[in-house]
Amino acid sequence: MGTAKFWAASFVIAAAVLILTRALIANEYFFFAGYVVLQYIVLATAWNILGGYTGYTNFGVGAFFAVGAYSSVVLHKLTSLPVPVMILVGGVISGILGFGMGYLTLRLKGVFFAIATLALAIVAQTLIVNWDYVGGSRGIYVIRPQQAPLYGSYIQYLYSLMLILAWVSVVIARTIERSRLGLGFNAIRDDEAAAEAGGVPTLRLKLISTSLSGALMGMSGAPLPYYVTYLDPASSFNLSYAVNSVAMPLIGGMTSWAGPVIGAVLLGTIQQLATVTISSALNLLIVGLLLILFVIIAPNGIVGLVQARLRARLR
Amino acid sequence: MPRLLEVGGLGKRFGGFVALEGIDLAVDARERLGLIGPNGSGKSTLVNCLCGALHHDSGTITFDGRTIDGLPAYQRTRLGLARSFQLPKPFRSLNLIDNLRIPLLYTVNARPGPRLSDGAIGERSMALLDDVGLADKGARLPRDLTQVEMRKLELARAVASAPRLLFADETMAGLSPSEVEEILAVLVRLNEQGITIVLIEHIMRAVMSFSTRLIVLVAGQKIADGAPTAAIRNPEVERAYLGE
Repeated sequence: MGTAKFWAASFVIAAAVLILTRALIANEYFFFAGYVVLQYIVLATAWNILGGYTGYTNFGVGAFFAVGAYSSVVLHKLTSLPVPVMILVGGVISGILGFGMGYLTLRLKGVFFAIATLALAIVAQTLIVNWDYVGGSRGIYVIRPQQAPLYGSYIQYLYSLMLILAWVSVVIARTIERSRLGLGFNAIRDDEAAAEAGGVPTLRLKLISTSLSGALMGMSGAPLPYYVTYLDPASSFNLSYAVNSVAMPLIGGMTSWAGPVIGAVLLGTIQQLATVTISSALNLLIVGLLLILFVIIAPNGIVGLVQARLRARLR
Repeated sequence: MPRLLEVGGLGKRFGGFVALEGIDLAVDARERLGLIGPNGSGKSTLVNCLCGALHHDSGTITFDGRTIDGLPAYQRTRLGLARSFQLPKPFRSLNLIDNLRIPLLYTVNARPGPRLSDGAIGERSMALLDDVGLADKGARLPRDLTQVEMRKLELARAVASAPRLLFADETMAGLSPSEVEEILAVLVRLNEQGITIVLIEHIMRAVMSFSTRLIVLVAGQKIADGAPTAAIRNPEVERAYLGE
C-alpha cells in the first residue's frame, strides 16, 4: 500500500472508531479507559521510532511524557490556550529535550545510552520537584473548563484528541518506515560504522530520531493534567510509562508500525481490565509475565510471529 | 597532474601507543596499489584515518585537490572515498537489495547532479549484485550468505557508492585459492572501469599479481614504496617479515 493510501485508509479507520464509539457507547468510563490505551499507542509508537527503527533503547520515556504534561501546567497557569495548542507546545518542548538528549549522548551506545536516558528522567524529575511554580513535590490541581469545546463531556473531548494524536503518530511511523529516512535509521541500528561508510550522516539522523520520538512522547503527555486534574511528579514521571513503552513494541514487534499498535492495544486493554476487575497493582506483574512469555515464544513480537508463519506457508 | 590522494606526515596515537608515524604516500588515479605489513603494523588504522572512521592526530590528507582532514566519514564517502571492512559489516536486518540501496540513496543521490529514481536504484542494485554473482539472492538476508558471498556483498556495497578510490581491507582473508581468484577478478574489473584500488592484504600471491605498486608498513612507519618485486626484496621488509 502506498503512503498516500495508508494515510487515507488509516484516517477512515480512525474516524470510524471515533464516530462509532461516541455514538454507541454511553458509559463515560469507556472513554476514561480508552484514553489511556490510545495514549500508550502514541508512547509505544514514539518509543519505537528511536528504539525499534534506530536501535537506541530509551528508558527516559517518563521525562518526555512529564515534560509535555508540565508544559501544559505552565500554559494553564499563564494562558487560556485550547488543549490542542498545548499539545503542540508540549511536543515542541519535548522535541527540544530529545534533541538535547541525542546531542549529549551521541557517543553512547547500547546499555550506556539506556542508562543515560534513565539518568535524564531522574534529573528532570528533580527539577520539577524543586520548581514551586508547578506545584513542586506537592503536586498541582488543574481545574478543567466546565464545558468542553464542541461537545458536552470533557473526557470524550480528551479521548478524541488522543485518538487524533494516535492516528498522527501511526502515520508518521509508517511514513518513516517506507522512506529514505527509515532505511537510514535501520542502517544505524544494524551497524553505525558501516552506515557512515555508506554515506549515512549518522549524527544528523540520530538527532532527528531522538527529537521526533521525544516530541511525540511530549504530545501524548500534554493533555494529562486535564485528564487527571491533579498532577504530581511521582505519578507523572512514573517508571511504568517507560516499562510499558518498551514492553509494548517488544510484544507487538519492533520492525513495523503495527507492532507498537498491537502491543499497546493488547497490553493497555489487559491492564485496564485488570485495574477494574482485580487491582491496579497487578499491572506491572502482567507486563512482566507477558514479556517473559514473548521473549520465549516470539522474540520478534506478534508481527514477527505472523511474518514467520506467512513465510513458512510460501515455501 | 595532481595526485588523487596525497597524505603528508600522517600520525595517529592511541594513548601512549604510536600506531602511525609520519606516513607520506600518494595514490594516482586508476592505480592498483598494494598495502602490506605484518599484523599490527597499522594498515587498518591507516584506512580508518583516511576514510574518517578515526581522526588522525597530525599530518594532512588531500583527496582530489581538497583537504579532507576534519570531514566526517559520510562526507568522505560522498566525495568518492569508499572502503570495505575487514570483518564484513552487513546491515543484518535488511535484504541484499536494501543493503545496496543505502549507499545509492545516501551517497550517489546526495551528490550534485541528477538523482536516481526509485526504479533506477532498484535496477542499479540488481546490476551491482549481478557483478559479484549474487543476483539470485537479492531478497535474502545477509545471514543466509556464505563467507565468500559476504565478502562480495561488502565489496558491492562499497562499489555502490560509485567511488573514485576504493580501499579493499583484507577482502580475501580466510578464503580458498579459487575464491581468492574470484574476488581478484572482481577487483581487476572494477579497476578497469576506472576505480582506483588500494588493496590491503596478507595473501602475497594475490597482492603481487594485482598491484602495480606496493607500500609496506611496519610498526606504524612506511618502510618501502615502489615496484612490487623490488619492494619485497628490500632488506628492511625481509627483516620485518622473516626476522634477522
